Amino acid sequence: MTGATTPSAAPDGPRARDSIAARALSIGVAVGAYAVSFGAISVAAGLDVLQTQALSALLFSGASQFAFVGVVAAGGGFVAAVATAALLGLRNGLYGLHLARVLTAPPPGGGRLRGWRRAGAAHFTIDESTAMAMAHEPDVAATRRAFWATGWSVFLLWNLGTLLGAVGAASLADPAVLGLDAAIPAGFLALLWPRLVDRSAWALALVAAVGALLLAPVLRPGVPVIAGAALAVGGALLLERRSAA
Amino acid sequence: MWPAVLVASALAFLTKWAGHLLPEAVLDRPLVRRSAALLPIALLAALTAVQTCWSPTGFTLDARAAGVGAAVVALLLRAPFLVVVLSAAATAAILRALGWG
Repeated sequence: MTGATTPSAAPDGPRARDSIAARALSIGVAVGAYAVSFGAISVAAGLDVLQTQALSALLFSGASQFAFVGVVAAGGGFVAAVATAALLGLRNGLYGLHLARVLTAPPPGGGRLRGWRRAGAAHFTIDESTAMAMAHEPDVAATRRAFWATGWSVFLLWNLGTLLGAVGAASLADPAVLGLDAAIPAGFLALLWPRLVDRSAWALALVAAVGALLLAPVLRPGVPVIAGAALAVGGALLLERRSAA
Repeated sequence: MWPAVLVASALAFLTKWAGHLLPEAVLDRPLVRRSAALLPIALLAALTAVQTCWSPTGFTLDARAAGVGAAVVALLLRAPFLVVVLSAAATAAILRALGWG
């Protein structure tokens, strides 16, 4: 990350630029398709089209948005919905920490982003833009272009997909008959799947899942998810600490 | 609903912004880093479990669970996100049309 001034191995010519734009667009299209299902699920959960669109435009973080409407659909209170979405979004803070370092302009015009550009960069700080930016380090120019191209592509197509899904679902009859209530956990599972990379991830997921189900009879809707996840993460951190000591 | 939508959006932006704004020493601690990596796995697993087999009447295995089973098959076949979600919805809808779950 410090080799900002050294030329990268890959030539930064028109072809490299084209490939960044093409990859950003293809990521946007894939994400836009999944936004269609988010829009439909959100309306099925009881939000209206404008509220659904507000989540995609303002909250703009897929897992948090799914969690928000999922908790609302399950009858959880607003506090539980907001808390679950906020906890899922914590990772974006760490992405921002990393991006603030790599999005700096190359010398001599160096320094961190300021004002509106920084606010825009913060808003675009999500899984996809961070992954694309990191894939182009340490070439600062390519990293910045990859971040902004992916950020814009995902933001525009995510919102377009959301609108299509929300308007489509709003014109449908009973969502339960259409199986949209099965689509919600399937969406969570699809977000979880790529993160189950090793046995400790599986163990963590199982403990959180079983914990949440055991707590479900005694806690208000929405709370068991947070409590089960907190217990699992707390246990994992304790185990790691003990094995490190 | 609007207050919850706007508060959740504000918290999401503030979290992202804090990363860009705060000095590294505040956020860049092993405990914070590890918790932020583990939390999405635990939360998504808990959400999947509760939304698959919990209903207001208690533990239930119905058309929803069958739909999520179809989603697992789709994931094992490396299907894209939309196909995973659609296969779950379609499975549940077909089973309900047949009068089950």
